[in-house]
Amino acid sequence: MALNRRTLLAAAATIAATAGLPRFARAQATGPFTLPPLPYATNVFEPNIDAKTMEIHHDRHHQAYVTNLNNAVKDYPNVAAMPLQEILAKLNEMPEAIRTTVRNNAGGHANHSMFWEVMGPNGGEPEGELFAAITRDLGGVDTLKSRFNDAGLKVFGSGWVMVSVTPDGKLTLETRPNQDTPIMEGKRVLFGNDVWEHAYYLTYQNRRADYLKAWWNVVNWNKIGERYAAAKAGTLAI
Amino acid sequence: MSFTLPPLPYSHDALAPYMSRETLEYHHDKHHQAYVDTGNKLLAGSPFEGQSLEQVVTGSYGKNAPLFNNAGQHYNHLHFWKWMKPGGGGTKLPGDLQKKITDDLGSFDKMKEEFVQAGVGQFGSGWAWLAVKDGKIVVMKTPNGENPLVHGAKPILGCDVWEHSYYIDYRNRRADYIKAFLDHLVNWEYVEEMYKAASGHKAAA
Ligand SMILES: [Fe+2]
Ligand SMILES: [Fe+2]
Repeated sequence: MALNRRTLLAAAATIAATAGLPRFARAQATGPFTLPPLPYATNVFEPNIDAKTMEIHHDRHHQAYVTNLNNAVKDYPNVAAMPLQEILAKLNEMPEAIRTTVRNNAGGHANHSMFWEVMGPNGGEPEGELFAAITRDLGGVDTLKSRFNDAGLKVFGSGWVMVSVTPDGKLTLETRPNQDTPIMEGKRVLFGNDVWEHAYYLTYQNRRADYLKAWWNVVNWNKIGERYAAAKAGTLAI
Repeated sequence: MSFTLPPLPYSHDALAPYMSRETLEYHHDKHHQAYVDTGNKLLAGSPFEGQSLEQVVTGSYGKNAPLFNNAGQHYNHLHFWKWMKPGGGGTKLPGDLQKKITDDLGSFDKMKEEFVQAGVGQFGSGWAWLAVKDGKIVVMKTPNGENPLVHGAKPILGCDVWEHSYYIDYRNRRADYIKAFLDHLVNWEYVEEMYKAASGHKAAA
């Protein structure tokens, strides 16, 4: 224990000495939950999403959800041992003292982990079973996009617009406030877009509609196709 | 009576560096304007047409969410601009107010601490407030377009903690923004004016 702490302190000192340089080497709170690294460079989505936004969004906002979640569960080993999706599905069983903090931060951790995953360069187009499901349940790709954009625009304040998926592959357009997620009702999220102002303010300011429209340019349909298959196989966690 | 957007009571660069010209241009000229425009569209033909802004806010709460959101934000922003001034903030409050804050909240510093905590603790979009409730000054926080009026209290100071208020100048550092608001921007004379109105005092003759 003492050794661990000393090692940590030494690591923290090293990091302090090189502060501001390595993006992924920043000290992280210890705990069961960790910030997944971005699977691409911060500038790959320019000009649709600027590099500064990607950096702050991932390194600061998402990191804060992870840190706050770890802090909240540190005195509750049985909660700390649970998978994220189970925590979210059992919020009303969480100790009351940490329930709201867990809801906000476990939700923020899950939503952002999904968000980085469903974006990517050269993401392709919806194909196969995914394409068929979008056509069947959401009126086709163009209709989905316009309904999704309208729904995202109507979220008043912070929140998300998402498409959820049932184990038998049925798709539903959903919106949630703040960091809530359909996972809280035992559902799975196929993909979603963050409409908190921090997701777009540096480039789009008050023009959320423009951001929603541009976001389709960075969607990773190949990955969403994999998530769709995983949801049907019962293996999609977050 | 429809909603109208009054000009800022100071120039767009008057609050820099604590709140930049760019922030005020978007926040006042675009965000507040949008609440006014959308609010007017929703007000037209509704049962609330012709009522005072306060009546629309309290009457539409829980009954007509889109109208409430925009009317609430119109009310909140109307006062928000007046709750700030160049060279504001600091610790010199008009007489009565200083004493009332000390009596009800312990001390000026404790009030500030609680106010920052309320703003930081408001998860997502919303506001931090000083309000008069049952004759006492209390610290409150509300989500999105809500304000103390719909919770049986009268707002005397509000700080907008929607990310659009501070993202250009402070990025994710909301606490720094609220501290700067308290230390450098608050127009305590306007807070006192609202405090007197809220506590039923007549303005000094
Ligand atoms: Fe976000
Ligand atoms: Fe605002």
